Amino acid sequence: MYPFTYVRGDDRQAAVALAAEPGTEFLAGGTDMLQLLKDEVRRPRRLVEITSLSGMSEISSGPQGLRLGALARMADVADHPAVRDEYPVISQALLASASPQVRNMATIGGNLLQRTRCAYFRDTAMPCNRREPGSGCSAIDGENRLHAVLGGSDHCIATHASDLAVALVACDAVVVVTGPSGEQRIKLEDLHLLPGETPEKETVLQPGDLITAVEVPPLAFARRSLYRKVRDRASFEFALAAAAVALDIDGGTIRQARVALGGVGTKPWRSHEAEKALTGAKLETASFEKAAAAALAAARPLHQNGFKIILAQRTLIRALLTVGA
Amino acid sequence: MSDWDVSRRGFLQTTALTSGGFAFAQFVDRHGALAAEPEAAPSESAPARQRVTLQVNRTSHELTLDPRTTLLDALREHIGLTGAKKGCDMGACGACTVHLDGKRVVSCLTLAASAEGRRITTIEGLAEGDELHPMQAAFVEHDGFQCGYCTPGQIMSAVALVGEGRAASDDSIREFMSGNLCRCGAYPNIVAAIKSVAGGRA
Amino acid sequence: MTTTIGAPLNRIDARLKVTGAARYSAEMPVKNVAHAVLIQSTIANGRIADIDTAAAEQSPGVLLVMTHRNAPKLGGKQKSVQQPGEDYPLLQDDAIHYNGQHIGVLVAETFEAATHAARLVTVRYDEDKSVVRLGQVLDKLAVPQHFRGGARLPDSSRGNPDQEFVAAPVKIDQTYQTPIEHHNPLEPHAVIAVWTGDELVVFHSSQSVAGSHKTIAGHLGISDDKVRTVSHFIGGGFGSKGSTWPHVTIAAMAARIVNRPVKLVLTRRQMYTSNGFRPQTRQHLRLGADRDGRLIALRHDSLSHTASFGEWVEPCGLSTEIMYSCPNLGVSHRVAPTDTGIPTFMRAPGEASGMFALESAMDELAEALAIDPLELRLRNYAEQDEHEKLPWSSKSLKQCYERGAAAFGWNKRERQPGSMRNGDLFVGWGMASATYPMNRSKASATVRLQADGRAIVQCATQDIGTGTYTIIAQVAADAIGLPVERVTVQIGDSNFPEAPVSGGSQTAASVTPAVDAASRDIRKQLVDLATTGSFKGLRSEDLDVVDGAVVVKSDPSRRAEIGTLLAGRDALTATKGAEPGDEKKQFSMHSFGAHFVEVHVDPELGEVRVARYVGAFAAGRVLNAKTARSQIIGGIVYGLGMALTEETDLDHRSGRVLNGNIAEYLVPVHADVPDIEVILIEEQDPHVNPLGVKGMGELPMVGVAGAVANAVFHATGKRIRYLPIRPDKLLRTA
Repeated sequence: MYPFTYVRGDDRQAAVALAAEPGTEFLAGGTDMLQLLKDEVRRPRRLVEITSLSGMSEISSGPQGLRLGALARMADVADHPAVRDEYPVISQALLASASPQVRNMATIGGNLLQRTRCAYFRDTAMPCNRREPGSGCSAIDGENRLHAVLGGSDHCIATHASDLAVALVACDAVVVVTGPSGEQRIKLEDLHLLPGETPEKETVLQPGDLITAVEVPPLAFARRSLYRKVRDRASFEFALAAAAVALDIDGGTIRQARVALGGVGTKPWRSHEAEKALTGAKLETASFEKAAAAALAAARPLHQNGFKIILAQRTLIRALLTVGA
Repeated sequence: MSDWDVSRRGFLQTTALTSGGFAFAQFVDRHGALAAEPEAAPSESAPARQRVTLQVNRTSHELTLDPRTTLLDALREHIGLTGAKKGCDMGACGACTVHLDGKRVVSCLTLAASAEGRRITTIEGLAEGDELHPMQAAFVEHDGFQCGYCTPGQIMSAVALVGEGRAASDDSIREFMSGNLCRCGAYPNIVAAIKSVAGGRA
Repeated sequence: MTTTIGAPLNRIDARLKVTGAARYSAEMPVKNVAHAVLIQSTIANGRIADIDTAAAEQSPGVLLVMTHRNAPKLGGKQKSVQQPGEDYPLLQDDAIHYNGQHIGVLVAETFEAATHAARLVTVRYDEDKSVVRLGQVLDKLAVPQHFRGGARLPDSSRGNPDQEFVAAPVKIDQTYQTPIEHHNPLEPHAVIAVWTGDELVVFHSSQSVAGSHKTIAGHLGISDDKVRTVSHFIGGGFGSKGSTWPHVTIAAMAARIVNRPVKLVLTRRQMYTSNGFRPQTRQHLRLGADRDGRLIALRHDSLSHTASFGEWVEPCGLSTEIMYSCPNLGVSHRVAPTDTGIPTFMRAPGEASGMFALESAMDELAEALAIDPLELRLRNYAEQDEHEKLPWSSKSLKQCYERGAAAFGWNKRERQPGSMRNGDLFVGWGMASATYPMNRSKASATVRLQADGRAIVQCATQDIGTGTYTIIAQVAADAIGLPVERVTVQIGDSNFPEAPVSGGSQTAASVTPAVDAASRDIRKQLVDLATTGSFKGLRSEDLDVVDGAVVVKSDPSRRAEIGTLLAGRDALTATKGAEPGDEKKQFSMHSFGAHFVEVHVDPELGEVRVARYVGAFAAGRVLNAKTARSQIIGGIVYGLGMALTEETDLDHRSGRVLNGNIAEYLVPVHADVPDIEVILIEEQDPHVNPLGVKGMGELPMVGVAGAVANAVFHATGKRIRYLPIRPDKLLRTA
């Protein structure tokens, strides 16, 4: 780890002011940050610990929908009765993430901002545009079985790792951000950026911006939602492909749908294409297959990850079949 | 002693222990190389240090640490509690699992400074005196380990799992123990040990 | 007297392990220790043109940066790690042989200061082209020069396999591949090197304390008896800690220079480039059979890769030589250098990879003939070792097949692939055979019986998790006539009487005869003593030792306590060695077993989950039913990782290990492992060694990958011939 000083933030505004200074980063659950510090992928000179900031750990639900404090721990959110009953997709995505220990530590805000698992990104001995702009992407011609088939560019094809973000983006979640310039609300779908020509720029957040909460609007049919994750081993692994789905069903017809994909995109991948295909469609396998084809229509395979196109489609179909049953 | 000195040179002698079914060689240290307890490294040449007070197993430890020190390294290298193990140092194996305020966490991804003011419990704090915690006793009986390196983490995780109410079925135990890797593959025995403890309470 | 041998005793070191009191190498309490961190290359082939250590040296707390420029020139002639002729990098020159090779070590006051400063060392390389995969060096394959350390030739044949294969009415002709795998013991390699004057104590995690101190001494060019290796607890090894790898010597060199004890613990990432691996293999299997499934011809031709600086060959074909009855059989091994580190022993080296191929091919033959896979194996049962042309010392494979199949319910298997279901999941039942040779080496042990009635056993063996501490106590207790609680076991120290590496499943077979012999000698001394003391006038034959007291056989109420007999003496001591004779010239010695597995496969998503497992094994006498069962379960779990998830990913251009962690190198987790039913078949084998033990460490891993691959085929009709069997392969396979 690069040498840093450690400060405990007791006051939200003071923490934000500190973090706006160059070389300063927030530290919350630390489960991704500590790994990045150890690998010297991140090299802050100062860490501002924010876990003791007040008013940021609460989980509440009501007519306004669900509000998750950014410092709420993954395990607590997964187990919260309102989340389990009203947004099962969120609870399931959380329980399919990491390990029980990590879920006791990691926060909701930190989860959304976790960095890619791309091996080239996490190894400072290898070129990586995301870590070191202009150094080149090692994955495009390298080992890319685990890389993204959606949203990649000639500069970066790193997969976004979060399961939670996939579930939340399907639920139209909004992140509440406090920063040097005040408070703003950003649709989660707009928080992460495609790599394009500037993969080093991962989100729209500015220095000092702090996610304080995630709000999920009321979505009655989210009770009929599901997260399906496919991986090489049975647990404690990132996704090869995952699907977050919610269906609003009227008899044999789909009134509306929410679809997002994980493990295949350079950001949490909301698929409006799939949703459009499902809206008004009959509740039957053919509709799901059409939606899956639409979701992956823009997919670009590399030499090792082409299987993800089929796998993601099948995962999505399976999720829709399960939730539609 | 004299006829039992197997050292060819008398450099480090072995003394025979007289109690217990098991003992490893104890070293007689003529030259002062070995200490009863590890010491914190000298502070003069290290970068900016900070004072951190850790509450471990109901004992308070005042330490002066490099801010980069993880809770795991603070326990192992500075306090001398080596029960929590370093397996991967990246949160992927669970060998370093301890309880923070009663919840299981990986101490390798926790800065020591972040643990200040919190209640830390390690494997060394689990037994009541000579009386093993029921989970420890169950691991012994069911042979829930081979090499023993993942064991403290498995046990700390297992104790927490029962408290979380996740021991209701074999599949639940397996899923919610999956943060603790065992390369010797003692998993079925660990599940049996946990079931035997949780039996009455799940 | 009741025997404790075989009883399912709890481990005598269990309490230390469950309380965190067992100290592993990095945990030995050493005062004033400095922390070392290795610096490793970032290219695979070339030379160091320039290395800049200035920033690192000026970093706070740094005591030493040692590279090839300032490292002491080693006087040792033998720098070999495992094979003659090997010249392993020990910071002696600027040559780079693989990505992740040690190029320096940094020592600092604290771990935090050392890990950061090590990253401040910058290197400029003159880089040459590199090849890192077996597939890239197929034109460089050659006959191995040091196969099995020169103990045998890399090729063998009987009959006329090539001609008979061509003529055979039924043929299987397929190639099977296995990837690079890493041992990944949970405890990383760790060293604390402590010099006192010109004498060195090395605490390090070693499967061979007796070999280690000699290797280190050889590297340093000093006398063996100046170096002592201590390894009380080893957090798993699986072969990776069998050789003494360069970091151990490097730590000792650094400690000498900084004139302080030095602790060096490999990071998990460094565990992928510092201590060997199971190499990639390609195995060409040709099976020719008659229409009843009897093998007529069998060829097993194996390719593997090694380092450019030393030869290590994966001996895939050796099990094939003895596994089935076949008159025409050929085996060959070829090897080619890559710009990688050197491979090494990894749990069942050769057998695990080779039997995946053979047992897959046998399953393909069964399918081609529409014969039950178990029936096919019975039709080709080898009643003797047809390679050595020797009778088996013992072989209970038929019982393994029978009892395993019965416990599993194998006779309910639908033969047709894809015909069994569990809901929407496809169910597959697969089986495979297991075999492993009985290995034994010379070993010695000292036993001391004290006046307090306790016995202490010392031996330079080690317990890598297998239960060595416990079985030694059991054997000594039985042989002396003591309750097992009164035996103290001290191992893991090169100052104790010599014993072999804990590898090749040989520890029990090698060490317990020596412990037994020394303990019997103690018993004799004790009885003899009694005839001159408490039982003067009686003969030794009239006396026995029971429960820690000498008793008169004809009247067991007449007893003399050890304390009484030893009054005025310190203790009785005996040191005995035991070694194999020429019994292997008369008998072929192998253990055998059978695997039965049920997998559930999601046909669309390619997910494979192991639902049920039965393993039946016969490996001579069982010394402790509890620890033996644990070893079997552990071997099967290790095999499940090989079958389904494990593969080390190398960047094909740079040779960089990409998943050098245990988040993305996927070893099985709890959720991957179902209940495993273990059937232990006891054998009375008077030929293998005095205790009749064959060893259980590796056998249960052999065949697992084949059984799983066969079950996946049975579930889906898809034959995966390249491990691991992951969803992408099932999706890609038609």
